Amino acid sequence: MAKVSMTVNGTSVSREVEGQTLLVSMLREDLRLTGTHVGCDTSQCGACVVHVNGKAVKSCTMFAVEADGAEVSTIEGQANADGTLSTIQQAFQEHHGLQCGFCTPGMVMSAAALLKDNPTPTEGEVRAYLDGNICRCTGYHNIVKAIMAASGQDVSAIAAE
Amino acid sequence: MYAFDIECPTSVADAVTALQAEEAQPLSGGQTLIPTLKQRLAAPSTLVSLTKIPEMQGIEASGGTVRIGGAVTHATVAASVGQAYPALADLASRIGDPAVRNRGTIGGSLANNDPSACYPAAALGSGATIITNTREIAADDYFQGMFVTALEEGEIVTGVSFPVPEKANYQKFIQPASRFPLVAVFVAKYGDGVRVAVTGASNEGVFRWAEAEQALSANFSADAVSGLQVDDSNLIADLHGSADYRAHLIKVMTGRAVTAAA
Repeated sequence: MAKVSMTVNGTSVSREVEGQTLLVSMLREDLRLTGTHVGCDTSQCGACVVHVNGKAVKSCTMFAVEADGAEVSTIEGQANADGTLSTIQQAFQEHHGLQCGFCTPGMVMSAAALLKDNPTPTEGEVRAYLDGNICRCTGYHNIVKAIMAASGQDVSAIAAE
Repeated sequence: MYAFDIECPTSVADAVTALQAEEAQPLSGGQTLIPTLKQRLAAPSTLVSLTKIPEMQGIEASGGTVRIGGAVTHATVAASVGQAYPALADLASRIGDPAVRNRGTIGGSLANNDPSACYPAAALGSGATIITNTREIAADDYFQGMFVTALEEGEIVTGVSFPVPEKANYQKFIQPASRFPLVAVFVAKYGDGVRVAVTGASNEGVFRWAEAEQALSANFSADAVSGLQVDDSNLIADLHGSADYRAHLIKVMTGRAVTAAA
């Protein structure tokens, strides 16, 4: 067992974890932050994407010990301080960027990472950035549309909802 | 996963010491190793993390050479060497997906030597030097077959030094499920000749295509390789593509790389 300390959504946490404890396991099982999902557990689907020191990572493919001392952000930390949805979350709702919602936490976290580095991406850049996020419901059009809308761009020309 | 401990040394010397423990194994970005551990295909007693070692970070470009620390992520290479070595930055920007690129490292990729990985093609195609905690190894001596390298037990790739070519390009034909190259070719033109490295295609892992190098050294154009034939006797044949198909792709991707570089 090893003691790990990190900041999760602005709150300092410490836990004793085993070496093989994945970051996603610590988030979900120890901290009960179950918004971060495990879809594939093989690094493919991106439902588990969180930010570690501001970088999008697949939390199923990183050990909790490796995040010792890091700043971690999850979907639970995305809403505004008053509890209202963030711009990206609101755009997903308005543009029907989800159906079953399972992939949505990872989609929103990837979108947030993209827009931080590239505030007005092209549609192609959005699609390329979502390379590691799989959605089996929506066919991606409305997810892309939501992210484009969240970036403040006109989305009227993007595929229908 | 089987149970193991993780150590996070902050110097190469401490990492080397930690790796002397029985069944200890290095852990870099973990983007290959962690899935492997989940499948219980490896059972280390201790993983020695290499990503918190300052001397394995950093990128230096000077005197026609780009030197990259072994624990530098693909995302950092993509963002940092665009001026010094554009083809290398381009290659790094297309490995895996954004989240994978934020964790995966150049040293990890080179130490693993996956037969379909991208970085081995850049290292061999550039005639790079693999720097370890004990020595420097020329890429031509380093890659020794599928998942096999010149590394000794407990030896760590601490950095890689790339001589910057006059022109270079990497063309990748993606296997759509894995997103690894089905076949990819790195072409680099230096003052003393052209190097062509092929990944994804051979049962022996990354290799140089000598006939194409000769032809391109004399005439750096796609036409120079159009008449060549690739011997397919040792190429990978699987459900994604026959050996014959991969042989054809090698020629096509080489031609595209030359055209894009020229």
